[in-house]
Amino acid sequence: MDFEPKEEQRQLADALRRWIERDYGFAARRDIIHSPAGESPEAWRMLVELGLTALPVPEAQGGFGGGAADMFFVMQELGRGLVAEPYFATVLGARVLQLAGGQEELLERVAAGEVKLACALGEAQSRHDLADIAAKVSGPVDAAAVSGVKTVVEGGGQADMLIVSARSHGGQRDRDGISLLLVDAGTSGLVIRDGRAIDGRRCAGVTFDHAPATLLGDPGTAWPVLEAATDWGAALLCAEAVGAMDALFGATLDYLKTRRQFGVPIGSFQALQHRMADMFIHLEQARSMAMLAAAKADSGDAEERRRVVSAARVRVGEAARFVGQQAVQLHGGMGITDELPAAHWFKRLTAIGLTLGDVDHHLRRFAGQPGFRVA
Amino acid sequence: MDLNYSPEDDAFRQQVRDFLAANLPPDLRRKVRGHLRLGKDDYVRWHRIVAAQGWAAPGWPVEYGGTGWNAVQRHIWDEECALAGAPPILPFGVNMVAPVIMAFGSAAQKAHFLPRILHCDDWWCQGYSEPGAGSDLASLATTAVRDGGHYVVNGQKTWTTLAQHADMIFCLVRTDPAARKQDGISFLLIDMKSPGITVRPIVMLDEEHEVNEVFFDNVRVPVENLVGKENQGWTYAKFLLGHERTGIAAVGRSKRELRFLKALALRQQLGGRPLLDDPVFAAKIAQVEIELMALEVTVLRTIAQEDRAPGPQASLLKIKGTEVQQALAELMVEAAGPAALPFDSALLEGRHGIAHDSADEMQAAPLAAYYFNYRKTSIYGGSNEIQKNIIARMILGL
Repeated sequence: MDFEPKEEQRQLADALRRWIERDYGFAARRDIIHSPAGESPEAWRMLVELGLTALPVPEAQGGFGGGAADMFFVMQELGRGLVAEPYFATVLGARVLQLAGGQEELLERVAAGEVKLACALGEAQSRHDLADIAAKVSGPVDAAAVSGVKTVVEGGGQADMLIVSARSHGGQRDRDGISLLLVDAGTSGLVIRDGRAIDGRRCAGVTFDHAPATLLGDPGTAWPVLEAATDWGAALLCAEAVGAMDALFGATLDYLKTRRQFGVPIGSFQALQHRMADMFIHLEQARSMAMLAAAKADSGDAEERRRVVSAARVRVGEAARFVGQQAVQLHGGMGITDELPAAHWFKRLTAIGLTLGDVDHHLRRFAGQPGFRVA
Repeated sequence: MDLNYSPEDDAFRQQVRDFLAANLPPDLRRKVRGHLRLGKDDYVRWHRIVAAQGWAAPGWPVEYGGTGWNAVQRHIWDEECALAGAPPILPFGVNMVAPVIMAFGSAAQKAHFLPRILHCDDWWCQGYSEPGAGSDLASLATTAVRDGGHYVVNGQKTWTTLAQHADMIFCLVRTDPAARKQDGISFLLIDMKSPGITVRPIVMLDEEHEVNEVFFDNVRVPVENLVGKENQGWTYAKFLLGHERTGIAAVGRSKRELRFLKALALRQQLGGRPLLDDPVFAAKIAQVEIELMALEVTVLRTIAQEDRAPGPQASLLKIKGTEVQQALAELMVEAAGPAALPFDSALLEGRHGIAHDSADEMQAAPLAAYYFNYRKTSIYGGSNEIQKNIIARMILGL
């Protein structure tokens, strides 16, 4: 058993961290997220150069064939550095393509950093249930078209290609009858409304009106792929959250050691010491679960994967809320200003908590697994 | 990063399981699983079965009778014993006083006491806490004054677990009242049959006689029973506290209790359906199960680092471990509902005879007592608040 990064994982994480410290500091990031485009071509080029877009892509498609455990150390650094580029959207899309099969050429272009992807999975009524789909597929298999409205599509306005979930048949919440499709962002029948999210990232609303689309896999059978890919994504978000929490915790600890009140550092007050100890415990428990999720996210055992990923999302989500809220509180008045980095980790942690299933959604799914009832 | 057990670990686990299946007496298993009280005979019987196998002291060096197991193997052993419902090997001899004797004791002390500890010939108890020295242990007031070849001990210890059975007590005593409070303390081994020792029961809120007050009235202790050097006892006490860090989380035990809780919640009905299917109750169980999963990985992370930095990580494990244990106990009472109200101390002692079908392991009667008893866990061994002080000071540098 080994919880440390392998040498190549460590090297990649170190390189990523050095780049963030040099070129993606707090001021640079602020300029990027407030720019009209909301992203930086230079930053994207650097992520590609570091090999991050190739990391999760299979070797046969020019990637490095990295698993969720490899992604763990990358996502942790991206969380620490609050990197807002649409990297997660792209690798989640790549994961869908890989699991669905049949898009080897596109995967090669993703690995090379030539194509950005986004996943249009949620709808206004679906909340966290990705099987609740009203969007529809029409037309023959070789000339399909998608119609419907997808909401809160991370990186939707920056993507070259969109992966869309839509219904081929069945009732609105059936798991049978779901298809995944590929839609060119420049095609007809597509309206993309790009905007900012609470954490400074970009998200879009996308309306599809008979938009030409390519089916990924057989029509109506995509649920297992959709679930496995989003579980993989949920595990990655756990790693990102741990990175963000780690940085936020460190910043708060520094603040407690330097900020003085009543003639002493505020960290000398026991009430605050115990709160920091509680935050530390939350962080370590969350780190454990994020590691476990990374170890199981690629697993072929779907029930075990669901169980562990949901458990991790619950535990990490609770920790993120506690650490985020307490960090703001301990920073006092400074904590509620936008000029403090702490506020931005808190906002990112909150956004992660609302992406791919919140705590309650995953708690419900965890308790709903058949194995939960086995005493 | 690789979170899997090795094939060697899996084979070892199977070996342990086979041993437990063949050697753990069913009546002991039923008592432990059913939250009944264990008597001295129960502890001693199991200790000697394990000792006969050569596994009573896994953490000891092989030369003294240890197993040579690595940290992962020791964890697997603890976990499998707990899952099977084996009584614990009491820590006072094997895990507390023995490492101190090995590290600081005389050759005669090692030769005499260690084999007796290994085979449970002596029942040990711990004389640390005093009425005025709980978490602030260094404030202890029990004195030992040198008189020729003896120390004369006067004072009082308290919360002395199972002292009513004990043959020996290891004590922290004050030998230099003038020194700084940590500096005048010595570590003494005292025969409980010595004249001047009185043991008085403290009955706990579950009406169990588990702890005691121990009074010392001019008790004469041969100087040969001083461990190490006079006035160096605090160093040895701290060494002891640093020992056996990960077992404190009791992950295996909590896994067993989680199974018990689920079985109970499957048998209990709510509106004609198993209680476990109620979303509100299921969510509570799921929360504890997830916390326990996280704790298990945190324990494994700590084990993986053990060679490098033992550190104060144990404080985290103690806090989380006890919180999980207490939450499980609380949910059991909640699951049992009104059935947890009847209190039958004869049943708890096993005096009605223990029935032989698994349904009786589901007895609700002991659960409230178990819940009350387990409020101790966040208080003993350094209260959870003290553990937070330790985290703040030692890990966070506040």
